[in-house]
Amino acid sequence: MKNYLDLNALQMDALREISNIGAGNAATSLSLMLNRKIDMAVPKVNISTFAEAVEIMGGAESEVAGGYMVVKGETPMGILFLISKDQLEYFLNMLFGTSNVTTNYEFNEIQSSAFLEVVNILAGSYLNALAAFTHCVFMPSVPALAVDMAGALLGEVLQRIGEVSDYTLVIENIFFEEEKQLKGHFLFLPEPKTLEILLNALGVL
Amino acid sequence: MAIESVKVGIADFKIAYAPNNIITVGLGSCVGVCLWDSFSKIGGMAHIMLPSSSQARAVLNKKKYADSCIALLINEMCKYGINKKRLVAKLAGGARMFNFPGSNDIMQIGKRNIDAVKDVLNANGIQIVATDVGGSFGRTIELYTEDGRLLIKTINKGVKFI
Repeated sequence: MKNYLDLNALQMDALREISNIGAGNAATSLSLMLNRKIDMAVPKVNISTFAEAVEIMGGAESEVAGGYMVVKGETPMGILFLISKDQLEYFLNMLFGTSNVTTNYEFNEIQSSAFLEVVNILAGSYLNALAAFTHCVFMPSVPALAVDMAGALLGEVLQRIGEVSDYTLVIENIFFEEEKQLKGHFLFLPEPKTLEILLNALGVL
Repeated sequence: MAIESVKVGIADFKIAYAPNNIITVGLGSCVGVCLWDSFSKIGGMAHIMLPSSSQARAVLNKKKYADSCIALLINEMCKYGINKKRLVAKLAGGARMFNFPGSNDIMQIGKRNIDAVKDVLNANGIQIVATDVGGSFGRTIELYTEDGRLLIKTINKGVKFI
């Protein structure tokens, strides 16, 4: 697997399926943590140019908060959790069980560590499910936080992929919290090398 | 005549002439390189992702890299009849969006991008007249080909011209 463009329909389905299981695991963890019902959409498997990928949040200039984790070693990949900035206050209130958190769109220390903890839990649950299928060991970094234009955040994440490819594979899982239609975008970006390992483990290489 | 804004995507470049502008949105650790010729009022802008094509394992799109992209941009601008000696450059971007605990500066892609861009411009004898680089915030930039000003928009750090 040298190129994302070589993926066939069966392989895309397999990726969608493991992603569905990973995201299901992550949604359950989030639901337990928040004590709320969390739904999720069917994962989208997108192969696109970098220019298309930075538009994923509705435009490169959309303001978002993002937690980013890198998995290095044998299975390089990026994991990015994005939430639209206008939903940030509601999200933080939900996390802290309060109704009056205001951020002025600048995280304080407790807010950022809480946000990153959510990213940790989501990624951990997601990768656990993947590990169970593939018997791979994933070693994610600690997450890092940024609040800015979506294009700026995604651009940095895509640079790692850009070293080896002109296209990117983004597996997009969307989590919903029903009450306020809160949307969290959990993006999984396996590098070509990792893709080969995943597909091999799933028996569809 | 209405002014048009030509949009440059990531890993690409575009050329425009007065009165039209060139814009690129959401520069993080990528670098926006603007070249401008005051005489013909032709400008070019590149949205560069990575420092060097020489270390790349797969060089497919040459517009990803500082060295190959700037060379292509200069070449393309020369086809419009501009004199390379008149070109001046302005740079923006090269930030660090995600600050991982324990990561060091040497590995920082934004900084490596800026250094690579400066090297390529110097090697081509193109003077860098203004920069707004580094930091940890995103930038949207717009080059006014009429007078060579570069508008820099950020979310929390205001708006300015360089």
